[in-house]
Amino acid sequence: MLLEVRDLHVEFTTRDGVAKAVNGVTYAVDEGQTLAVLGESGSGKSVTAQAVMGILDVPPGRITGGEILFQGKDLLRMKEEERRRIRGAGMAMIFQDALSALNPVLTVGAQLGEMFTVHRGMSRKDARAKAVELMDRVKIPAARQRVGDYPHQFSGGMRQRIMIAMALALEPSLIIADEPTTALDVTVQAQVMDLLAELQRELNMGLILITHDLGVVADVADKIAVMYAGRIVEAAPVHEIYKAPAHPYTRGLLDSIPRLDQKGQELYAIKGLPPSLLAIPSGCAFNPRCPMAQPVCRGTVPPLYQVTESPVPRTSACHFWKECLHAHA
Amino acid sequence: MPEPEPQPHPQPPRYDPLEPGDGEAIAPTGQGGQMDLALDEAESLERVIPPGPGNPREKARSLWSDAWHQLRRNPVFVLSSLLIVFLVLIAIWPSLIASGDPLQCDLAHSQEGSAPGHPFGYDTQGCDVYTRTVYGARASITVGVCATLGAALLGAFLGGLAGFFGSWGDALLSRVADIFFGIPVVLGGLVFLSVVTSDTVWPVVGFIVLLGWPQIARIGRGSVITAKQNDYVQAARALGASNARMLLRHVAPNAVAPVIVVATIALGTYIALEATLSFLGVGLRPPTVSWGIDISNAAPQIRNAPHMLLWPAGALSLTVLAFIMLGDAVRDALDPKLR
Repeated sequence: MLLEVRDLHVEFTTRDGVAKAVNGVTYAVDEGQTLAVLGESGSGKSVTAQAVMGILDVPPGRITGGEILFQGKDLLRMKEEERRRIRGAGMAMIFQDALSALNPVLTVGAQLGEMFTVHRGMSRKDARAKAVELMDRVKIPAARQRVGDYPHQFSGGMRQRIMIAMALALEPSLIIADEPTTALDVTVQAQVMDLLAELQRELNMGLILITHDLGVVADVADKIAVMYAGRIVEAAPVHEIYKAPAHPYTRGLLDSIPRLDQKGQELYAIKGLPPSLLAIPSGCAFNPRCPMAQPVCRGTVPPLYQVTESPVPRTSACHFWKECLHAHA
Repeated sequence: MPEPEPQPHPQPPRYDPLEPGDGEAIAPTGQGGQMDLALDEAESLERVIPPGPGNPREKARSLWSDAWHQLRRNPVFVLSSLLIVFLVLIAIWPSLIASGDPLQCDLAHSQEGSAPGHPFGYDTQGCDVYTRTVYGARASITVGVCATLGAALLGAFLGGLAGFFGSWGDALLSRVADIFFGIPVVLGGLVFLSVVTSDTVWPVVGFIVLLGWPQIARIGRGSVITAKQNDYVQAARALGASNARMLLRHVAPNAVAPVIVVATIALGTYIALEATLSFLGVGLRPPTVSWGIDISNAAPQIRNAPHMLLWPAGALSLTVLAFIMLGDAVRDALDPKLR
């Protein structure tokens, strides 16, 4: 396995108390595989990614338990300097908004080249040539002329390509993309996703795609992990989850997608609000919003049930996953 | 080199997750077929203006070049910088415009008004007011520039580190800065400077730096905290940049503008502060020629011989005004919100 996150717990100390952002997340990605992490804002998907990258703000954040194995080694036990060497070279991250994720006072060439001068000790001139090469690779037109431009001189899609180029510069084996297309308009979204998927295939990288866009997920992901209130509530191969979700929350998400055959009707929405991380409901965190909730849901935290063992394990954290599966089928 | 063509967007066979077989289930979220037209259009729009050498867009426009562009057309900036260049020139070479010796005085002319060759008249000691006013620029400019450099470097260094690393170092620095803020400038000057016996400008410079750095440190700390929260600093960290690299290359260039602005404005006030201290007799002392000293000496005679006060005071006001105007213009140019 390329990356394995096991029972990760992350807390944030705030003025109002301790916010439990991640409560026992377990997932794994292999080379060449795409894992989509799905969830609402505040479900802990980005925090998990930050913990993996080691860019969590400590304090107020704190990793209180679990392990993160990257190529077999526990990142949480490493020295900071060792981790820094892995960042960029072993794993890299693509951020949501490329305009704010690129330094406004440096040219894109300088920022791309920095990857090579920092990690590979290249001269500035060689690094610049490499930067042009990278820009070609992510299909930026006229790369040679534009390498000296500043980030704000590029369009949104082009900026996101530069962001991707920066992440791919040292050909890391794992890429974490935190909502890479959310800030783009739909026409450009597709291009950027395709580019990312293509480069991933080419370099045989593992990809963790954090998103709340089910449309993006369907085309590119191999596995999906659905997060709610800091836990993974359902994990499954991508087509199975769309066919028949085994958790009422996943079902709610799928039902919320606008569909053309429902034109004119009111859009379905999961009722209620995501829980406050300062006070996660007892039992199943989803129980106050769940249409299938029973008394047992308030009392006991559902364990991760094995829905299917093979070929790929599928899990659901719902006491009534069987009913849920059948209700949809 | 053939220009890389953007690939025609390959359409993966659309997988419809909810109802396989039924073609119209999910509204297109960007992967739909009819989007391709718009997409090609977007690509071609981007390529209509090829950024070539003749294209003005090619000229890189950063925060700094934008600011410079705006400054050059700002009359306030042009006027104040011309004045400052003039002041700096006469501070270095006062003999350019004044041929006399500021220390060569003739008591016979005490407090006399203007005379041929002595346009500003004489002071109580019978020294030429014009020559002394010209020579006084050196002390004021030296103190202003050195004190500002010292305070800005020290303040930016400490404030920047405190803002970047936070935690107990930040708390400690902030409290220490508060202590220095609490010292009243004039009272502090009277106490500290009355014990030094040096005839040079350095005790005054040192005192101003000592009281001036907390202001710069606060500004620097604040703007570093703002800059370090930017995504690109996180991104640099996620791509393996070290603390030093993040601070020097990503945070500092984006946080330095407010420090420059405050320092430029502070320069004017430091010059005024030097004059204040000299006026009180604890700043520079004779034989150093300083506007503050001359104003101090002239003050009791203001009703008999106002010209003795007028000229050095006017020069002082003009100098302070020039630096504050410069600071104002720089602030306007560096703050994109005011554009």
